[in-house]
Amino acid sequence: MIKPSAIIGQVILYGAFAVFIGYFATSPKYHQIPEDVALIKLSISHLGDRECRKRTPEELEKLPRNMRAPLDCPRERSDITLQVDLDGQTVFDTVMHPTGIAKDGVATVYKRFEVKAGEHMLSVRMNDNLAKPGFKFVKEDKVNLKPAQVLVIDFNPDKGGLFFQ
Amino acid sequence: MSLHDTLRGGAQSIFRRIEEAFDAPFGGTDNPMRHLGALGFYFLWIVTVSGLYLYTVLDTSIEGVHTSIGWLTEDQWYLGGILRSLHRYASDAFILMTMLHLIREWAYGRYHGFRLYSWVTGVPLLWLMFFSGIGGYWIVWDRLAQFSAIASTELLDWLPIFNDPSARNFLTPEAINDRFFTMLVFIHLGVPLMLILGLWAHVHRISRVDHFPARRLALGTLAALLLLALVQPAISDAPADLSVVATGLRLDWFILFLHPLTDATSPAFVWALLSGVTLLLFILPLLPHPKAEPVAVVNAANCNGCARCLADCPYAAVTMEAHPYKPGHKIAIVDADLCAGCGICAGSCPSSTPFRSQETLVTGIDMPQQPVNVLRRELEKKIAGLEGTTRIVVFGCDRGAAVHALAAPDTAVMSLMCTGMLPPAFVEYALRGGADGVLVTGCRTGGCEFRLGDQWTAERLTRRREPHLRANVPAQRLHFVAASVSDGEALATALEEFRTRIETQAADSDRPPPFRRRTLHHD
Ligand code: HEM
Ligand code: SF4
Ligand code: SF4
Repeated sequence: MIKPSAIIGQVILYGAFAVFIGYFATSPKYHQIPEDVALIKLSISHLGDRECRKRTPEELEKLPRNMRAPLDCPRERSDITLQVDLDGQTVFDTVMHPTGIAKDGVATVYKRFEVKAGEHMLSVRMNDNLAKPGFKFVKEDKVNLKPAQVLVIDFNPDKGGLFFQ
Repeated sequence: MSLHDTLRGGAQSIFRRIEEAFDAPFGGTDNPMRHLGALGFYFLWIVTVSGLYLYTVLDTSIEGVHTSIGWLTEDQWYLGGILRSLHRYASDAFILMTMLHLIREWAYGRYHGFRLYSWVTGVPLLWLMFFSGIGGYWIVWDRLAQFSAIASTELLDWLPIFNDPSARNFLTPEAINDRFFTMLVFIHLGVPLMLILGLWAHVHRISRVDHFPARRLALGTLAALLLLALVQPAISDAPADLSVVATGLRLDWFILFLHPLTDATSPAFVWALLSGVTLLLFILPLLPHPKAEPVAVVNAANCNGCARCLADCPYAAVTMEAHPYKPGHKIAIVDADLCAGCGICAGSCPSSTPFRSQETLVTGIDMPQQPVNVLRRELEKKIAGLEGTTRIVVFGCDRGAAVHALAAPDTAVMSLMCTGMLPPAFVEYALRGGADGVLVTGCRTGGCEFRLGDQWTAERLTRRREPHLRANVPAQRLHFVAASVSDGEALATALEEFRTRIETQAADSDRPPPFRRRTLHHD
């Protein structure tokens, strides 16, 4: 027979076990960002441009018939430059490199910015061909961010280049 | 002493204190701290059974997951809701038990030599365990799932694995499709399956695995989890919405603690920590540690192939093969890699009986560091030197309460490598050789360094296991005391009480007939 004191001891310890599991299974609550903050996620995955050269008619003549592509393109992709301004201040300025050993893969960026909720001027500039100066893609807009909102900056040539979502 | 030894020693004394405090209400058999591995297995079973039920109601479409899981809690709280809560809380308990089990094995220095295999196979289980747990939270596809999915992929993307960041999959609500959940469920079934296979490997080198807790402990912990399931049912957060940040989360800190840790530090820090800890666990056995004990040695002439040593060896180190020259007989073979050098086999061998007339007692299976012959000689010598009215022989264990301090003119003391090494015939031999009583002491129930020594000793002395104590040993003249290293005083008290008991209760008539070996050897 177990002693009554042992039974009480067991009940207390089993109870403590349940409380311990129950507490840390849900608590303390976790706030990833402060209450009045929104998140801007910059996530772009894009294949940089290539510097192609038009083949001359003589060159084409020398190629086998089935390989007579008018453009001669290298495998290597260009680096991509990207700048983000928030309310007139540059908050991010990077050069994205193509992936892959042959530098023929997509260049990617993924970055989070915490910003105070409210109105902001957001401007993003991107150039995917460094052989040409300036920025080929520019997106500038006034955004109104609610607390905890996620605003995504992405790029899709089919959607007209850079866009906010 | 190195810093590591100091830390380990500190942890060990904390564990020992808690275990021994828990012995009071629970007793050794039901003491959760002494059966952490078994509890781990048990919680994993609860997780598996409850998980299979959850799986039957799960709808793996984007709209379906959240509602089908919510349905369990709201409309079927009495079955599905409870099983869901059990699934969650048993997972937490599983992780808690495993972590305690790991720390305890480390604290007691159980990670090298013959335990290397158990240790090394344990480490990958940690990864599988957390991987399963995190994946489970994703399936609910609520705000918590969304948070964990994004945090996990962001962490993963720090490693140069994917060309395209995997966190891009959770950028916008449109990014998710039904296939994602089918894949999740597949992973959430597959990884735990690997965990179970890994566990099989983890324990397959030891015999009589403590893989299920004693009934009272099993019922007690289940009751605790059931109560928790009723008082605080597992519920989902709001459905996932990738256009907002999930905040104010009721986080499961047992499983998802890495996410806040990453936020508080950095992905680089977390990866360094994870790989560092994993590496450290793997190389721990290479750090300086005590030398391995010499292993058991079989003597062919004295082995009759009875296989008792095979039955009693805690580490499955003994196998039986054909005897080299006794036709039709078997012989015990010891695998030196598995042998712990505990001596339990020597205690189980029928040839270890000291009543044999050989001048040099050679048994079937023996320990080079403490051969049975030396034990017999020492015992004979010590008994011959005893004086006083009530002469007692104490058989103790090097790992339990120190017995040497008990030595006195009327008390002979013998310390064995493990009390499980004591052939029961030695008790009878001591009494018939002139002792008035025999006190046997070893570690507390469930506290044997070699897993099974306490159990075998108890069973042999109570005649429930071969080789058993013979019937001519009167109960009044034998006393067994379970005493750990911290029980020195209690042992001394028990010895005095035993002496008084013999003086007041034992009758001269119950004394077994004296026995003297013909060739008694004095040196
Ligand atoms: C994943 C969950 C785990 C479970 C359910 C589990 C379960 C068990 C069980 C039931 C035993 C046998 C205990 C006995 O019969 O005496 C055992 C032994 C052992 N476990 Fe685990 N284990 C787990 C993880 C680990 C981990 C992560 C480690 C350390 C890295 C570890 C290290 C050991 C060692 C060293 C032994 C041998 C103990 C001895 O020989 O005395 N285990 N485990
Ligand atoms: S010494 Fe221990 S581990 Fe080795 S064979 Fe004997 S019982 Fe097994
Ligand atoms: S217990 Fe002794 S006799 Fe029996 S198989 Fe083992 S070594 Fe041989």
